[in-house]
This record gives sequence, C-alpha cells and structure tokens, in this order.
Amino acid sequence: MTEPLITLALIIVKLVVVFGVVLTLAANLVLAERKILGRMQLRYGPNRVGPFGMLQPLADVIKLITKEDFIPAQADKWIFLFAPGLSAVTALLTFAVVPFGPPLTLFGQSVPMVVIDLNVGVLYFLGLSSVAVYGIALGGWASNSKYALLGSIRGLSQLISYELSMGLAVVPVVMMAKSFSLNDIVMAQEKIPFLLLNPVAFLIFLISVLAESKRIPFDLPEAENELVAGFHTEYSGMRFGLFFVGEYINMIILGSMVAVFFLGGWHGPVLPGVLWFIIKVLLVCFFFIWTRASLPRLRYDQLMHFGWKFLLPIALLNVVVTGAVLLAIG
Amino acid sequence: MHIWRDIRGTLQPFWVTLCNMFRKPVTQKYPEEKPDLPPRYRARLILTRDPDGNERCVACHLCSAACPVDCISMQAIEAEDGRRYAQWFRINFTRCIYCGMCTEACPTLAIQVTGDFELAGRDPLKLVYEKDDLLVDHCGQNTEYNFYRQSGIGVAVPRGENPGESKPVDAKDLLP
Repeated sequence: MTEPLITLALIIVKLVVVFGVVLTLAANLVLAERKILGRMQLRYGPNRVGPFGMLQPLADVIKLITKEDFIPAQADKWIFLFAPGLSAVTALLTFAVVPFGPPLTLFGQSVPMVVIDLNVGVLYFLGLSSVAVYGIALGGWASNSKYALLGSIRGLSQLISYELSMGLAVVPVVMMAKSFSLNDIVMAQEKIPFLLLNPVAFLIFLISVLAESKRIPFDLPEAENELVAGFHTEYSGMRFGLFFVGEYINMIILGSMVAVFFLGGWHGPVLPGVLWFIIKVLLVCFFFIWTRASLPRLRYDQLMHFGWKFLLPIALLNVVVTGAVLLAIG
Repeated sequence: MHIWRDIRGTLQPFWVTLCNMFRKPVTQKYPEEKPDLPPRYRARLILTRDPDGNERCVACHLCSAACPVDCISMQAIEAEDGRRYAQWFRINFTRCIYCGMCTEACPTLAIQVTGDFELAGRDPLKLVYEKDDLLVDHCGQNTEYNFYRQSGIGVAVPRGENPGESKPVDAKDLLP
C-alpha cells in the first residue's frame, strides 16, 4: 500500500474509534450522572433496567426514538430541524484535535494518537465552542416560543461573558507551551502539569468551562424552574435527545480540554497513556456532576457580573504575570 | 465584604454532598422490600357478612354519598323475605383515595377497610371491583353485630324475638 492510503485508513480507523468511544461514554455519562446525583441526594438513581440499571441508556434511546417528533406551529421549520444537529456535531468535531494517547508505532511509522494534529488546535477548539452556541440560539429562535427564546438569549449573553475569560485562561498555557497545537501542549507537560505551574489559569478555565457546558450553576439557558426547559422547550423525541447527548458530549470534550491544557493530557506513571487520559477526563466529568449536586443556579446578572468584573480582570492579570515570569526566566 | 463567607459557602456544599455520597440511601426498594405500615393502615375496601353468614350491606347508598371522590355505586333491590341488598355493587379503586369515610357512614358495618394496599396493575379496568370481588366470608372487625337483629325489622326472626327486644305492643288492646 502507498503511504497516503495508509494515512487515510489510519485516520478513518481513528475517527471510528473516537466516535464510538465518545458516544458510548456520553450515553453512560448520563447514567453515571443520574446515579451519582442520586447517591448524593440519598437516593439510588436508576436501578431497574438491567443489573444496577446499566441498560438505562439503551432504554432511554429506545424511548426517545419512538416518541413523536413534534414541530410547533409557526416554527421556522428548517432551522428548527437543523439546530439540534448543530449542537451535537460541533461538540463531536472538537474531538478531532484532542490527543488521547502517546504516539503508537504501526507498520514501521509513528502514528500520533490524535485524529488530526492541527497546529492551531487551541483556536479550533475556541472557534467550535463559539459555534456550538448557534445550536442553542437558533433552536430557541426557531421554536417560536417565548421560553425557548429567553433561553437562547441567555445562552448568547452567557457566551460573551465566559468565552473571553476562557480564551484568556488558555493564553498562559499557550505561552508556556509555545505552541497552539494540543499535541505540543501535552508534550510540554511531560514533567509537570500546568495545573501546578499556573493554578489561577486552571481555576478560571474550570469555571469558564462549567459555564460553557451550560450546567448548574450556570445552566441559565435551560433553567428548569424559570423557563420550563429553556431553549429545548419545544423539542421532543430524538431531537431533544440530540441536544441532551450534545450536552454530555460537550462535557466529555470540555473534560478532555481541561485534561489536555492543565492536567498533563495522557502523561502519567505506570498505566498506559490512553487510560490516564480517560481517567482524567472522567475525573473532570465527576467534578461537573459533583458541582451540579452542590451548588444552586446563579442569577442572570450574577453570572454577567462574575464573568466581566471578576474572571476577566483576573485572567488578564494572570496573562501579564505569566508573561513577565516567562520573560524573566528567559 | 463577605468574601470569606462566600468562599466558605461555595466550598462547604461540596463537602456535604461528598459525605452524602457514601451514606446509605433512604429509599425503600418497594416491590422487593415491603414497607412497614401502621397496623391500622386503611387501604382496600371489603363488604363483610353478619355472624349468620348473610350480606350486611342493605344498599342504603350512604357510603356512596359520603365518598368524596364518588367511587362507589350500587343498585338496591329487595329480596322476598324483606331484606334489602345490592343487586350490583361497584368500587372503582382507580379513584378511591382510601379515606375510609364510607366505613364511617355505613350503618350496618358492611363496608370495611383492610390493610392490603398493593393494588397496582397495568389494566385500570381490573381495578373496578364488582360485588363478587368485594364480598368476603367473614365479619371483619365486629364479629357480633347483625343489623337485622338490632333494627326491629322482622326479617331475621319475627319481631320481638331478638335478644333484649320486647314484644311489639298490641296497638288495639285498649280498644273496647
């Protein structure tokens, strides 16, 4: 076989594997979330379908697929149908640049364990995370419902208040790794993860990522007790399921981003790299679930204040200080 | 500035939820673990019989009048010996709220509550109990009471022959 053909085959294999693993993880994350939330609230969570409720995701999918796919009257039909896919696909696409293991040697050539090693991976991630909000904005807009519209307005205004600090929290990482490629960022953390080198950036990034995932305490776009279900109020069946799965895929993506930027990616002692990576991602996901069990929802204006008046100045200051220190070290 | 209070208020819930995660859930796994109900728990209704083995219900409709959710219905009819009884008697247990007001209203102690609460099923029509389903072969709570022996109607035995009952007055014995 010729060299390009092998490369193409490898990319397709990696795509399929990543796709399968991420979707399976997302489905089981729903179950894990319900279980862990249940235990934290002194309940059992789902425990009826299969042993310990392990088949609950399957039952959920069957239920969602067999439900009616409802389109409200006067909805903007095509945008309405298109929006859930946008939020799930943008979440999935992000995974293309995430390095999930050390390079492997196959057929005598070194295969990087990443679907595509973009040299602007960080920008790609930031760009896609901004595009992801279109799913929410368009879904809410096209539903022709005031609750959905309010939800998408909140989603957009939330985006501009956390996206800035998220981008600025990544800047020190890029400065320390001297590269926009996620692979190089992981390589730069071989000895010591950036979490220890720059804990302030880590905290800012973690909080912004919580807001990005649109989960409690920043779940304003879907605030159940104010907006029914926010932007996906009018969605039913598998379209709602796509929004739902998109949220959990997003959780995994953001977990892996935290792992790549601050927890040292796949670096770790004893265990193989891929396993370390999955452990770190799941740890971040557990933190997301834990936060959901612990904190109440912030008010609309509180999030804006927090993002603009607290996170942004600290992030800016952090960039300056990191730059100064890097300059001093040389 | 309440910054320390705020930071503590943000971090403390994490500790609380983490502790709760390792405690035993308070959930009762119902179908496998039966709940420990109070001995006088009110649930499924029954129609009892008097000590002689006859139906107690005289189809007076007081229970269906007392029922706040209107789940009891019946048709009254009279037998040849003068006994009133229900031609059909129906309780819709999909509506019944187990309040027990029918048993309080019943003048003959016919309708009574039992502790059997496990009525769940997939077919609501199976919860519409007919007289055959409701009628039991015992006296329920009171094993002595027999309405027709207390009421002075000459149905169970001729008038004046029940225990503690005096003979009927002959209204014509003062006539010349």
